[in-house]
Amino acid sequence: MRIVVGEGSCGVASGAKKTEAALAALLAERGGAAGDGSYSGITLEKAGCVGNCYLEPVVDVYGDDGGLAARYVRATEERAADILAGTADDLLISDEDAAFLSQQRRIVLRNAGLINPEKIEEYIAAGGYEALRKALTQMTPEEVIEEVKVAGLRGRGGAGFPTWFKWDAARNADAGGGAKYMVCNADEGDPGAFMDRSVLEGDPHAVLEGMAIGGYAIGAHEGVIYVRAEYPLAITRLEIAIAQAEEKGVLGKDIFGTGYDFSIRIKAGAGAFVCGEETALIASLEGERGMPRLKPPFPAQKGFWKQPTNINNVETFANVPFVIREGGAAFAAYGTEKSKGTKVFALAGKIAKGGLVEVPMGLPLRDVIFGIGGGIKAGRAFKAVQMGGPSGGCIPAALADTPVDYESITQTGAIVGSGGMIVMDEDTCMVDMARYFLDFTRKESCGKCNYCRVGTKRMLEILERITLGEGRDGDIELLEELAGKIKDGSLCGLGQTAPNPVLTTIRYFRNEYEDHIYNKHCTAHYCKALVTYAITDACVGCTKCARNCPTGAISGEVKKPHGIDQAKCVKCGKCEENCAFGAVLRD
Amino acid sequence: MFSEIEPVMEKYAGVPGSLITILQKTQDAYGYLSEDAIAYIAKRTGVPASKIYGVATFYTQFRLKPVGRYILMLCKGTACHVNGAAGIEEAVTEHLGIADGETTADGLFTLDVVACLGCCSLAPVMMVKGPDGEETYGSLTKAKVRSLLDEIAARETEAAS
Ligand SMILES: Cc1cc2nc3c(=O)[nH]c(=O)nc-3n(C[C@H](O)[C@H](O)[C@H](O)COP(=O)(O)O)c2cc1C
Ligand code: FES
Repeated sequence: MRIVVGEGSCGVASGAKKTEAALAALLAERGGAAGDGSYSGITLEKAGCVGNCYLEPVVDVYGDDGGLAARYVRATEERAADILAGTADDLLISDEDAAFLSQQRRIVLRNAGLINPEKIEEYIAAGGYEALRKALTQMTPEEVIEEVKVAGLRGRGGAGFPTWFKWDAARNADAGGGAKYMVCNADEGDPGAFMDRSVLEGDPHAVLEGMAIGGYAIGAHEGVIYVRAEYPLAITRLEIAIAQAEEKGVLGKDIFGTGYDFSIRIKAGAGAFVCGEETALIASLEGERGMPRLKPPFPAQKGFWKQPTNINNVETFANVPFVIREGGAAFAAYGTEKSKGTKVFALAGKIAKGGLVEVPMGLPLRDVIFGIGGGIKAGRAFKAVQMGGPSGGCIPAALADTPVDYESITQTGAIVGSGGMIVMDEDTCMVDMARYFLDFTRKESCGKCNYCRVGTKRMLEILERITLGEGRDGDIELLEELAGKIKDGSLCGLGQTAPNPVLTTIRYFRNEYEDHIYNKHCTAHYCKALVTYAITDACVGCTKCARNCPTGAISGEVKKPHGIDQAKCVKCGKCEENCAFGAVLRD
Repeated sequence: MFSEIEPVMEKYAGVPGSLITILQKTQDAYGYLSEDAIAYIAKRTGVPASKIYGVATFYTQFRLKPVGRYILMLCKGTACHVNGAAGIEEAVTEHLGIADGETTADGLFTLDVVACLGCCSLAPVMMVKGPDGEETYGSLTKAKVRSLLDEIAARETEAAS
């Protein structure tokens, strides 16, 4: 029997390590240690995250035949003994929750949560490094590139650029007798997305294998993974994976006896969103301030240390072993005419079942949010979904039938982006969301281009004013004008896309902007300066709100409904926070 | 002085492009990048101090001031924002009397607002970096975060006495 605890970052944050420790202690107590981590025939392992983060910690029990015998969810340390005793049936995953996974088609996440990411043997047993062997021993670099072309694989980092085209350009680039480089972009800058983290934590070898295959295709012998510093667990797992791959000889010198050398090292980022942009990333790799530069020359011609360099996203690389092993056509069988394969999305926000989902491209948004994600938390109404992070936009509920593919999503004004999907309900203020993203891009602008540096600041000031109830007639038009100029006047993707969250919210939620500006009212009852608090008949007169009000604005007799003196109210929300009867209303 | 980073210097001082790595290891060792540390790195690597300062101020990870024993990395990424991170920040700020980037007078806590820790489905989230490594807390409420801070402070007082 094998017991596997899901230990991605989210699992660990939910107590998975404690569950594992409790299980280990109980097993050790029983005795029968075999010295290899097993006790009387029971092995305890850890894995990455299967993706249903809302159910963490997850513990899987496999029978002796290797099949999954039971999946326990919300398996906290207190229940470890019950799990071992078989008396934890109440924790067994429900059919409804199991459907979260069964509705997906997993290529990138094929191993995540199933294998131990710290043991290369498990990756190999699952068919790992077969694709690399095939590429090196049976295919020419041109054939590898052709297979990726047949697959129709497009970059998963945001722009959706055909991967084969970049590889072909890097292959044909003249290195002048020097080196070529294969770089993995694991900067995952979209604040609210975690696909790349989960892949790196759950199946790091898939990324290494993809990089080695790509390296072979373009003629590189050195690979670098640029990982964001906020992902310590991903870095640790990558370090372990690289060391094991070198030891097994699938990375390093003379791989599979073919004479091909390829090594990979890790470089930790230092916290700058703009470093996700290719030329900024290269500057950062060279130890400089991460400022983008004009293209061309493209990295394929002059990249890292001015040598030909190819940069792909984590998820792009994780697809490659499947494409080579199963053939490009097998990959292209999924998806739509122009968007092939599957895409991983990070479902978060006001969603009932948040986590990682991988679906064929072209599935309607509705199926992802309601079919898999279980709809909105706490029975609230679905308002919009934000895709593409600070470069993307908000897609309104009315467009929920839009298929998730590059072209269709772009038509809405948002972008597929790297895969972040933040779901919003009726309590989310769309003007505030626009303000939030502009605050982010304003801070993250590297400062090189005037329009990006100053323009985002001006847009932010206008948005702040609107949310404070000081919006003026003409503000919407001013925002639109600035947006156009920032797009035109910025050198890199950061500035060129920064206005998108504002433009899409104006396009679909103009009424909310107008409500703020002309009625001094926040449609979603969110913006502090614009809400008013009132106490309803549901008040039982417990006096808790009055006792917690810092300005003494609330008065009333014990056991009688209370009232708020609006002149004294500072809108701190303490009354609402403290009311156990839901009697405080915001308007 | 700076003997802790001697192995780092030996390995990286002469390798082009290693400045960020050196700064990261230095910060790991001392908690922040002091003026002296920057001058020392300049001397060892030959990179002008002004340029090191330029790089250090470009990246949000680097700090030029000492930090508390515990760094509260409070997430204000999109998922956390939508799920009420502003309220959590307010609770921390009120409870400890520090704003983003500041350290409590007793040197126990530093508040560091970050954008996404990658645990978005547990939003709102905070990672606490302490002497024993980092721990992530999810599904926070104002009450939860207050009691977490009290717990850490109590543990520290106990250890001190
Ligand atoms: C401001 C900005 C931030 C970006 N951040 C990321 C990122 O975090 N991760 C990523 O893979 N690509 C990011 N990109 C896209 C990359 O520049 C690049 O297109 C991508 O890594 C190429 O890989 P792909 O073809 O596999 O998608 C960003 C682009 C811009 C303009
Ligand atoms: S948005 Fe807070 S963890 Fe991602």
